[in-house]
Order: sequence, then C-alpha cells, then structure tokens
Amino acid sequence: MANKTTVTAEAGKQELFVIREFDAPRELVFRAHTEAALYEKWVGPDDLAMTVEKMEAHAGGSYRFLHTRGGHVYAFHGVYHEVLAPERIIGTFEFDGLPEAGHVIMGTTKFEDLGGGRCRLVHQSVFQSVQDRDGMVQSGMERGVVDGYNKLDELLSGLRETNTASA
Amino acid sequence: MDTFAALAEPTRRTILERLAANGNMSATDIYRGFKSSPPAISQHLKVLREAKLVRVEKRAQQRIYYVNPEPMKELEKWIKQFAATKEQEFQSLDKLLETMKADAENAPLLPFE
Repeated sequence: MANKTTVTAEAGKQELFVIREFDAPRELVFRAHTEAALYEKWVGPDDLAMTVEKMEAHAGGSYRFLHTRGGHVYAFHGVYHEVLAPERIIGTFEFDGLPEAGHVIMGTTKFEDLGGGRCRLVHQSVFQSVQDRDGMVQSGMERGVVDGYNKLDELLSGLRETNTASA
Repeated sequence: MDTFAALAEPTRRTILERLAANGNMSATDIYRGFKSSPPAISQHLKVLREAKLVRVEKRAQQRIYYVNPEPMKELEKWIKQFAATKEQEFQSLDKLLETMKADAENAPLLPFE
C-alpha cells in the first residue's frame, strides 16, 4: 500500500507539519537526510541539478545546497542545532533568494520507529510569522522546487542575480 | 489586508469560529460575546469584510454576518498542492531507500556509496 504525505497548516498559525511513513528502517531514512551523496538523490525534482555544497550534520555545523536550472541558482542554507541519529534533526532553514534576509525557519524532523522495518517522519517547521509561512508556500518557494520553479521565477524576476554570483 | 493576515489575529479567528458554529450572527450578538468594546470588534469585522472572509446582509436595522467560505478554500488548496509536491519528493526517497535496503542486504560489509 502506498504511503501518503500529510501536510497540516492551521489557518492563522505560524507552523506547519509534514508527516510521512516509509517502508524502511529509520536508520536509513536518517542517513538519507544527513549524508550529502544520499540527500542529493531525492531532494528536489528530477529535472533540476541538486548540489549539496556543504553538509556538516552535527550540532553547530551548517549546510548549504543549490538547485540549478538554466542559468538560475536557488540556494538554501541553515545551521544544525541537534543531530541525533537515528531519532531527530533540529535546525534552521533559509532561502537565500528572498528580497529581505532574516526569514529563518526552525525545523524539527523526527524519525519514529514503527517496527517491522518501517518508520514515520514527522516534520515541524516554525516560521517567524503567519505571513512567512503562507508566503513561502504560496510563492512556490517549496513547491517551486518540485514543479519547475515557475512561481519562484516570478518571485525572483527583477531581482539581481547576487545569489548566483555568490553561489 | 490579505486573507492570511486577516486570519492571523486571534479575535478575528474567534469571530469566524462563532459565525461558523452559529450559521449567522447579528453584529450586536457578535459584540456581546467579547469583553472588548464594540468599536474594537467593529474594526475586526471591517478587516474580515475587506478580506472577504465574511459577508453581511442588512435586515431591517440589523446587520447579519455570515462566513464566506471561498478564501478558506484558497488555504486548503495550497496545502494540498504543497502536500503533493512533498509526496513527489518522498517518492524519490522511497526509491532511494529501496536501493539502500538492497545494498545493505547484498553487501553488508561495504559502506553505502
């Protein structure tokens, strides 16, 4: 039976939850989140080049990854606050391409053992404001990663390609 | 003010919840349910009207408020789209995990990759 992704985002709140079960032990799902070579293989859509520039998966370490399509580079970065194998990852998440810096998302991803070689991923993102949360999803900052960045291109049009240059 | 900003305020969410529970309410009934002054509540109702989260019908001297469900559907819509994109990503992860499981079985002494 296929596993299904559940997203919960209550109106007017500044958090969202993503829940998904996997037919694999949590040790493997954890590794797929913390090893660059594995992370590159599943994050983002197939038609985009996904590059992990840096992934220091330990408390105080940082990460940065790039999605490239055509001449555009979309960079995301953050700092790990806790990396506890194979249970949870806590850290920040920022999109470099926003017109204004400082819109940091605090993310907690938990991997729950369900027995029988299965597990459940429970992710919580806490945004600085309701507007940040709704703006992110509406603008396609996340969705764009998967559907070809159409919305993101709109968002970014007119912006200087400073992120491309610094990437 | 957009839908989401209008929803971000707790008093306005309470008003919407009460309207949804009661079907409709007069402005007077809405005022009665809050400790805040009628002008303060009136200001919240104005924001809700402008965000099209509520609609008003004038009945004699009364203004009757109803929830307008359309903007709510907008929120549901993007949540569904967001879930669909995460699902695509997780299906890629499913495939990777199958490979990792197979590798673990076939070559347990070698590290992955």
